[in-house]
Amino acid sequence: MSKILIIAEHANGQLNPSTAKCLTAAKQMGASAIDIAVFAAEPAGVAAEAAKLDGVSRVLTVANAANANALAAVLAPQVVALAANYTHVLGPSTTFGKDLLPRVAALLGEAQVSDIMKVLGSHSFQRPIYAGNAIITVEAPKERKLVATVRNASFAATGNGATTAPIEAAAVSAELPAHTRFVELQAGAKDRPDLQTASRVVSGGRALGSAENFSVIYALADKLGAGVGASRAAVDAGYVPSDMQVGQTGKIIAPELYIAIGISGAIQHLTGIKDAGTIVAINKDAEAPIFEVADLGLVGDLFKLVPELQALL
Amino acid sequence: MKILVAYKRVVDYNVRIQVKPDGSGVVTDGVKLSPNPFDDIALEEALRLREKGVATEVIVATIAPADAQAHLRNGLAMGANRAIHVTTDRPLQPLTAARTLLKLVEKEQPGLVILGKQAIDDDCSQTGQMLAALWGKAQATSASKVEVNGNVLRVTREVDAGLEVLDVDLPAVVTTDLRLNEPRFIKLPDIMKAKSKPMETIALDTLGVESGDHLKTTQYAPPAKRSKGVMVKDAAELVAALKSKGLL
Repeated sequence: MSKILIIAEHANGQLNPSTAKCLTAAKQMGASAIDIAVFAAEPAGVAAEAAKLDGVSRVLTVANAANANALAAVLAPQVVALAANYTHVLGPSTTFGKDLLPRVAALLGEAQVSDIMKVLGSHSFQRPIYAGNAIITVEAPKERKLVATVRNASFAATGNGATTAPIEAAAVSAELPAHTRFVELQAGAKDRPDLQTASRVVSGGRALGSAENFSVIYALADKLGAGVGASRAAVDAGYVPSDMQVGQTGKIIAPELYIAIGISGAIQHLTGIKDAGTIVAINKDAEAPIFEVADLGLVGDLFKLVPELQALL
Repeated sequence: MKILVAYKRVVDYNVRIQVKPDGSGVVTDGVKLSPNPFDDIALEEALRLREKGVATEVIVATIAPADAQAHLRNGLAMGANRAIHVTTDRPLQPLTAARTLLKLVEKEQPGLVILGKQAIDDDCSQTGQMLAALWGKAQATSASKVEVNGNVLRVTREVDAGLEVLDVDLPAVVTTDLRLNEPRFIKLPDIMKAKSKPMETIALDTLGVESGDHLKTTQYAPPAKRSKGVMVKDAAELVAALKSKGLL
C-alpha cells in the first residue's frame, strides 16, 4: 500500500487551499497513510488547520527559522530527509510546488509526474501536455518512489473531517544551503486575485469598446473577488495591458468560474479557458462561438446586463 | 563569466496539436519546429548580460537529433558565441536532460545557467530545478527580472502571491518567465555570421549519463470537448443558476 507525504503550502500562518486539493488526489491513490508535512518557522497554526482535514493520518511539523519563507533550495533537503518512509511525495502544481518538487525529485534521483489532472491508480495518472491540447496517461514504476505535483484546477478541496489527526514534531537532519536568501515579497500593487490562480475570473472582449468602459468588468470582478482577464482583441485594441490576455498566446487558466463578457470566442481564446470549471458567456450576438462552450449563456447588451448582474450579487 | 543557455527545439507554438488517431502520440511529421519560446527569452537575457559586460561568453546547448543543427544556428544568429549539440534520437525526460546538462556544466564551468521555465511541448517545468539540485547550486525559477551585483544575483520571480525577490549566490540556475524580456529579431547578416561560429557535437552515449527516464506514457488523447450548456433569459436567472451550482 502507498504511504503518501504531502508538502503543505502556506503563507502568513494560513494553509493554502492547494494542500486540501492535493489531499483529494492522494486519497484517490489508495493510500494506507497520508501525512502532511508543514515546514515553517512557527508551524503550529498551519499544522492545526491541516490536522482537521478529512483523511489525514498525521501532520508532521518541521520548525526552523530557515523555513520562514518557502525557499525550494532550503526545503528540498529537508523533504528528502522526511521522504525515506514514503512511497509518494506530493505537492501542489502552484508556483510553490513547481519550484520545490523537481528539486526534491532530482535529489532523490527520481522522475517527477507534473500536473496530475486525474488519478487512475497508485502509479497511473493523466496529465496535460502542449498547453492541454493533448492528455497523456503516464505510468510510474511501482518499485520506485514517486514524486508528483497535483493540478489545482482538477481536484476539489477536501473538507474537514470528524476527527483531528495527531500533530508530531519531526526531527529532520539535513544540511541547509546558504546560497539562497529571501529579500521580499511584493504582494502585488494589485488588490485583485492573480489571474493565473484565481478561482473566479471575469474577462472582457472587444465589445467593451474602450479602456474606460472596462470599468464595468473591474466592478463586477471586485464584487465577485475575481481576477480580471481579457481577450486578445481587447489587448490588441489597447483597452488593457497584455499581461491580462487569456488564450493560447496569453495565459492558460482554469478557474472554477469564468465569465466571458463581450468575447466572441475565437479558437485561440477558447484554448486558454477550456479547463475552466463553469464558463458563463454574455454576448449580444446569439451566434457567437463562445456559446458553443459556455455552460451558461446570456444574450444581450453587456452594458445593461453586467450592472444588473452586479446589483444582484 | 560564461553563461550556458539550454535551448530546446519544440513544435512551434502556432501549430495546432493533433493527437494521432491510434493514441500513440501527437502528429509531429512535417510540423514546424521552433525554439521553445521561454528558451528564446533565456538566450535574450544571457545576451543582454553579455552586452552589459557582466558575461563574456554565451553558449547555447541543445539535446536533440542530428537534424537540430539549424536550430542551434538560430541561437548563434541571435548572438550566442558558440553552440553545443548533444545528439540523441530519443526524447529525454527532464531528469535525464538535467543530468546531461550537468555534464556540460562540469565541462564548461559556467557562472550562470539560464533555461525556460518550461518547454511548451511536455510542459513539465522540471529541468532547471533538477539541474540546480544535481549541481548543488541556487535556483531562481520564473524570473521576470535579473540583476547582477558582483557575485550575487537579485532575481524577481513571478509567484502566485505576487513578485518574490531572492538573492542567490553565483553560480546559479535561473528559469525565465514571459515578462523577463522580449527576444530580439534575427537579422540577415547575423544568419551569415552564425555560419562561421563554432558548434561542438557530442553524442549523448559518450557522456555516461544515467537515464532517469522512469516514466512511461501509455496513451495520448485529445482533451475532452466542452459541450454546449444552457441559455438563461436574464441576469436574475443567471445568478440563480450560479447559486444552484454552488458557485456564488
